Amino acid sequence: MSLQDFQRQLPLNEENMQSRAVYLLRLDPVLLGLLLLLTAGGLLMLYSASGQNLAMVTRQATYLAVGFVGMVIIANIPPRIFQRWSVWVYLIGVGLLVAVLVSGAGAKGAQRWLALPGFRFQPSEIMKLVMPMVVAWYLAKRVLPPRFKHLMVALGLILLPVSLIAKQPDLGTSLLIAASGLFVLFLAGLRWRIILGAVLAALPLAWGMWQFVMRDYQKQRVLTFLNPESDPWGSGWNIIQSKVAIGSGGIHGKGWFGGTQSQLDFLPESHTDFIIAVLAEEFGLVGVLLLLATYMAIIARGLIISVNAQTLFGKLLAGSITLTFFVYVFVNIGMVSGLLPVVGVPLPLVSRGGTSVVTLLAGFGVLMSVHSHRSWLGRG
Amino acid sequence: MAGHTPLKDHISESRIFNARLLFCFLGVAFLMGMLVVRMINLQVVQHAQWSTKSDENRIHLQPLPPTRGLIYDTNGEMLAENKPSYTLVLVKERITDLDASIELLRELLPITDEQVAKYKQQTRQSRPFEEVPLKYRLTEAEIARVAVNEHRLPGVEVLAQLVRFYPKGEMFAHTLGYVGSINERELSRLDVSLYSGTRTIGKIGIEKFYETELLGKAGYQEVETNARGRVLRVIHRKDPAPGSDITLYLDSELQQVVIDALGDRRGAVVAIDPKTGGILAMVSTPAYDPNLFVTGITSKDYNKLREDERRPLYNRASLGEYPPASTIKPMIAIAGLDTGVTNLEYTIFDPGWYQLPGEERRYRNWKRGGHGKVNLQWAVMLSNDTYFYDLALKLGIDNLHQYLSGFGLGRRVGLDVSEERPGLMPSREWKQGARGLPWYPGETLITGIGQGFMLATPLQLAASTAVIANRGHWIRPRLLKDSAPQIAASEKPPIDDVVLRQEGIWDFAIEAMRRVVHHPRGTAHYRIGRKLEYQFAGKTGTAQVVGIKQDEKYDAEKLSERNRDHGLFVGFAPVEDPRIAIAVVIENGGGGSSSAAPVARQVLDYYLLPRINDDNLVGEGKP
Repeated sequence: MSLQDFQRQLPLNEENMQSRAVYLLRLDPVLLGLLLLLTAGGLLMLYSASGQNLAMVTRQATYLAVGFVGMVIIANIPPRIFQRWSVWVYLIGVGLLVAVLVSGAGAKGAQRWLALPGFRFQPSEIMKLVMPMVVAWYLAKRVLPPRFKHLMVALGLILLPVSLIAKQPDLGTSLLIAASGLFVLFLAGLRWRIILGAVLAALPLAWGMWQFVMRDYQKQRVLTFLNPESDPWGSGWNIIQSKVAIGSGGIHGKGWFGGTQSQLDFLPESHTDFIIAVLAEEFGLVGVLLLLATYMAIIARGLIISVNAQTLFGKLLAGSITLTFFVYVFVNIGMVSGLLPVVGVPLPLVSRGGTSVVTLLAGFGVLMSVHSHRSWLGRG
Repeated sequence: MAGHTPLKDHISESRIFNARLLFCFLGVAFLMGMLVVRMINLQVVQHAQWSTKSDENRIHLQPLPPTRGLIYDTNGEMLAENKPSYTLVLVKERITDLDASIELLRELLPITDEQVAKYKQQTRQSRPFEEVPLKYRLTEAEIARVAVNEHRLPGVEVLAQLVRFYPKGEMFAHTLGYVGSINERELSRLDVSLYSGTRTIGKIGIEKFYETELLGKAGYQEVETNARGRVLRVIHRKDPAPGSDITLYLDSELQQVVIDALGDRRGAVVAIDPKTGGILAMVSTPAYDPNLFVTGITSKDYNKLREDERRPLYNRASLGEYPPASTIKPMIAIAGLDTGVTNLEYTIFDPGWYQLPGEERRYRNWKRGGHGKVNLQWAVMLSNDTYFYDLALKLGIDNLHQYLSGFGLGRRVGLDVSEERPGLMPSREWKQGARGLPWYPGETLITGIGQGFMLATPLQLAASTAVIANRGHWIRPRLLKDSAPQIAASEKPPIDDVVLRQEGIWDFAIEAMRRVVHHPRGTAHYRIGRKLEYQFAGKTGTAQVVGIKQDEKYDAEKLSERNRDHGLFVGFAPVEDPRIAIAVVIENGGGGSSSAAPVARQVLDYYLLPRINDDNLVGEGKP
């Protein structure tokens, strides 16, 4: 409280002049507006995709409300708190992941959930936020570009939770979390020759993964992706039906509730991972371009925030969160449109699901925190 | 931040970071561009192709089977109808584990291995998402059990279907025939589009003969379905056209009288209206219930029918070939008079046998002591074999073949009887071809009494009798009386009339046959000739089943039942205005006069008495 009292006496910069209330809550009005636009549109799509199930939409709206409240709270935590506590939260997160592996309750054959009295949650969700923080925390203290020794430590920080999550097995999430850590490394100026070397080394490694590590269902997804027609009634069904939905939507779409693919249940997972196919079918290319523009605006805003951040920690953290968000968008849309394998990544802030919405909005809360605590840090 | 760590250069670090972020931004922009291109490709460039796929997904063409035409008897009584029946159907595309679903169904209701095998056979030729029946005729309780477990049985449904039903059961089994499941052989030759949605086809009888007309024309509907195949709405519908309703000449009441008269004897009766050729009754006993075949007969039931030594499946009326025996004597008499080899005055002396010149063998008259002096009229009346041995020899096999063929022997006579054997009217050519042997005169003799190679069906005998009643005019026997909508008549060619040199020959033949019944010494008089209210012309026949050795006496008591003679009778009435011609065959029934003739009398009494009374034709008959 005393901290906020102190802030109130500071002159406001012109960006935050627009709304005193928004400023007081340390929110970024541009980002907030874009997120509200996106989530509101998402609820409309969910209403159609769920077969006009108002209860489902209400539940999702509740999750969103919780997520926005969480976002506001996190936006009011100064970045240095994240910096200080991230390593501890990281260690707790790793501990929880181990606990999941030991005793996690199975869901769909995979052990992702940790059952606590009263509710269940996925420790991997915590990792999504903590991973960029802890790597940023570690690298921000070092000289950039990071030396080999520091690179190794950072990679260790990344791989420990990632391998635990991959063992659940949850390939999609583990790759996204790995990406969020690697983005920090990249933004920190990881040398190109190391990146190139890693890529060259990854090729035989990928072969080894395929041969010895990947589970059959994961291989099957890759094979089906390469030739979905080979198994049109099995694993290829999803991708074929989503392409039919998207393609048949045309430029203007079939109208809200008018999508035959989604309304007649030909499109599987239509309210979760494949919800963009519903949008593409019912609102056509116009709807898709509006959605992509919104995402692009959010990402652009995130990148601006990270450029303007005044600490290296803030820069790395904001940049990684924004880029990871983009990876979500790209992987999901790429998957649904048949460009990428089906890895089970939801369309961020639009697909149904409480946990991912709360985590994502928390991430935007971190972005806002980085942005709104700038002037204080600058003058301090 | 310990002192020995290198100093951080904030400006250089910012520069590095900003460069990396710019790189990332360009990457983001590039990948976003890729998504946009991908979406434009799907939604604009390939739009038409995906639109078509989307319609293919949701729109299915469903066949609508036509309602099969009904069959009525001459009085408008229903002989074949379609009754709703509840059928358990499976759509294999909607079932994840077929065997598990069938196992579950078996816990709920009795399903035989045979039904499962039949179902699996049918699914091999079914279209995607087609409902294929597993079990027919569900009871209310079974329907309820399936309904309660519906959630555990995706792809399983109870369908109300129209199933053929024959209310008269056994009565018309052989004549009407039945419908049954289309088998693979039938499938290969029929036009599949006509049978979309239809699972049965006429197998035998009228159901087979008029299959095309009874079937109707299939309709279809375009329906929108969801991913689980459930129909949500009908987009377009073309109604099926029902098959033609058919009215037959058959008379249920008369048919019942025939069946009652035959009792539990094996035999066949065909009754024809000589004026129209309409088949009034056609019975073969024993019979079977055609309803068993409609939804697939169990092999147990089928084997029982097939292995029954009374052969209920066998249609004796048009497939049964019997030696016509003495029933053909009036036709041979006509041939003798028309060719001039005999005349009304010519008389022979019958010692009880006939001998060919230079041969040992005696051809015996049925009456051991002989009939003494007989002329042609007496020969017919008494059924004297000796006279006909002599006459046959004089006619020769060529004349016999020509005349008797003219009466339809050895030919398929029916116009719309789907299963018919031609019988056998032997000739020199036939014997040379079939046996590779020349014709012997002795064979001419026994042909003269309707034995030997000669075979005829009850249908042929009834038809030839109708020709005599019509004084030579041929109308092929037919079952179809009328239909709505009208159907094309059978394309079978008419049979040429029998034209004689003198009309008087007909008068003679008919009078001779009248005497068989009415004359006190006529072979049929004792059994059926008394107290007749109409003039009845007829002829008995007794067909040997086993050869009786020379000088051996035929003793019915000693012969096993199966070796006893077949009893035959043909006739028509009233003589002056024939309304009905009939042929009766009783297998192993013994003499024709005692076994077959009384059946004919009962049938004709039933048929004619009310009609004669109506027409005030009473009193003309002499008792």
